[in-house]
Amino acid sequence: MLLETRALDAGYGQFRALFSVDFAVAEGECIAVIGANGAGKSTLMRSVAGVIRNAPEMVLHRGAPIGALSAAEVMKRGIAMVPEGRRLFPSLSVEENLLIGGQVRKAAGPWSLESIYGLFPILRERRHSPGTALSGGQQQMVAIGRALMSNPGLLLCDEISLGLAPVVIRDIYAALPRIRAGGTAMVVVEQDIGQALSVADRVYCLMEGRVTLTGRAADVTRDAIHAAYFGEAA
Amino acid sequence: MIWVDTLVQGILLGGLYALFAAGLSLVFGIMRLVNLAHGDLIVFAAYLVLLGVSLLGISPWVVALVAAPVMFALGWLLQSLVLNRVLGKDILPPLLVTFGLSVVIQNGLLEAFSADSRRIPAGTLDGASLNLGIATVGVMPLLTFASAIAVIVALNAIFYRTALGRAFRATSDDAVTAGLMGIEPKRIFAVATGLAMVVVTIAALYLGMRANFDPSIGPARLIYAFEAVIIGGLGSLWGTLAGGIIIGVAQTVGAAINPEWQILAGHVAFLLVLLVRPRGLFPRAVD
Repeated sequence: MLLETRALDAGYGQFRALFSVDFAVAEGECIAVIGANGAGKSTLMRSVAGVIRNAPEMVLHRGAPIGALSAAEVMKRGIAMVPEGRRLFPSLSVEENLLIGGQVRKAAGPWSLESIYGLFPILRERRHSPGTALSGGQQQMVAIGRALMSNPGLLLCDEISLGLAPVVIRDIYAALPRIRAGGTAMVVVEQDIGQALSVADRVYCLMEGRVTLTGRAADVTRDAIHAAYFGEAA
Repeated sequence: MIWVDTLVQGILLGGLYALFAAGLSLVFGIMRLVNLAHGDLIVFAAYLVLLGVSLLGISPWVVALVAAPVMFALGWLLQSLVLNRVLGKDILPPLLVTFGLSVVIQNGLLEAFSADSRRIPAGTLDGASLNLGIATVGVMPLLTFASAIAVIVALNAIFYRTALGRAFRATSDDAVTAGLMGIEPKRIFAVATGLAMVVVTIAALYLGMRANFDPSIGPARLIYAFEAVIIGGLGSLWGTLAGGIIIGVAQTVGAAINPEWQILAGHVAFLLVLLVRPRGLFPRAVD
């Protein structure tokens, strides 16, 4: 298994946001993580990425315990994250924002500055602009490109459609199959269930820090998702 | 003509203050750390160069070349072992720790070298001057100013043209997200402090060759450096040079009017700039 969490408990100080979460991603797989606001989706991503540190064996990467590693150490193992809110570096140009993604981990793979400009051509035109001078959708493209620059084995996308217009979301989601085609496994955290299910192989639904539903994206019914999402009988 | 001369001397003096300030500006720009021991570290480096000159009997310029990597290593260790532990949302712990460090350095130097004032021998450069027509300038102040410009050009090149500089700026913007890029913010901070200590060594070389120094003069150098950084705008290196020049010119003009006003005039200029431009002359767009 590429990535697993086993009985993951995580939170912020005294506040616990996840309760005994078991989660798994196979090589090349695309997983959707859905759930309402405050369900623990972002906490799960931050725990995997090393932003929140846990007991080592709670998060496994190809069987190796990584739960206690720093974000930088996790990233060097090939787990890259597109953080919620994009978090571009305001002092860096678009091109510098992309370059810094591949600065530390220089793994061989399909992604380079050129191939990212191929994926999102508008970024080539705006490459000298400050990252934060771009529209929300373009900033999201930079954030995705920045994470891809390290040629990760696993890409964590935290709420990549948040705050964007539907037409922009469509463009960004159109790029995801091309990213998968490069062999990168993905975890897509979304509140937009339709978008998430359209690209995913499997889905996890979280509610109040617990996994309430898991299954193949093609098999889960609307009613089952409704029940898992809101905790009501379908 | 005397006013032109005063102005030129003030500008050149500003170069020394900019050298004092560049390291402070670098560290503050990257990790928002105000190092209250900065002035004492300059004095420490001056003693290190003096010690090398006394023991080895070689040129202070050569000694400074050796002292610079030693100071880099000390800065790296200081940041890794001490300052990284106290950096956080609360700005008070690093202030207290660097204040304590300042006291420790001053007393350590006093114990090791006594309170006698010393000077790094500058050889033939001491007292050498050039006649520029409108003013006669000392070779040493001229070299100081040229070094300040070289240091700022070099630091800007590192900041804006290298991968390390990109990591500096990214970490300064958002350390958590820099971590997601594989960058260890604490390691970046250690390199930054090491680099600041290299600049400190250059400042110390000129401090020690131009005037007498003793273990107690660090805090006053810190104040000049701090004023230069604030006048220039936090985080702007060229602004820091401008700040140094403003203090230098104010001091020499003040001294020309009345020798007792030299130091006061520099502080008054600082307060005036602060009144008119509270964020300094060239503040960074993002703070």
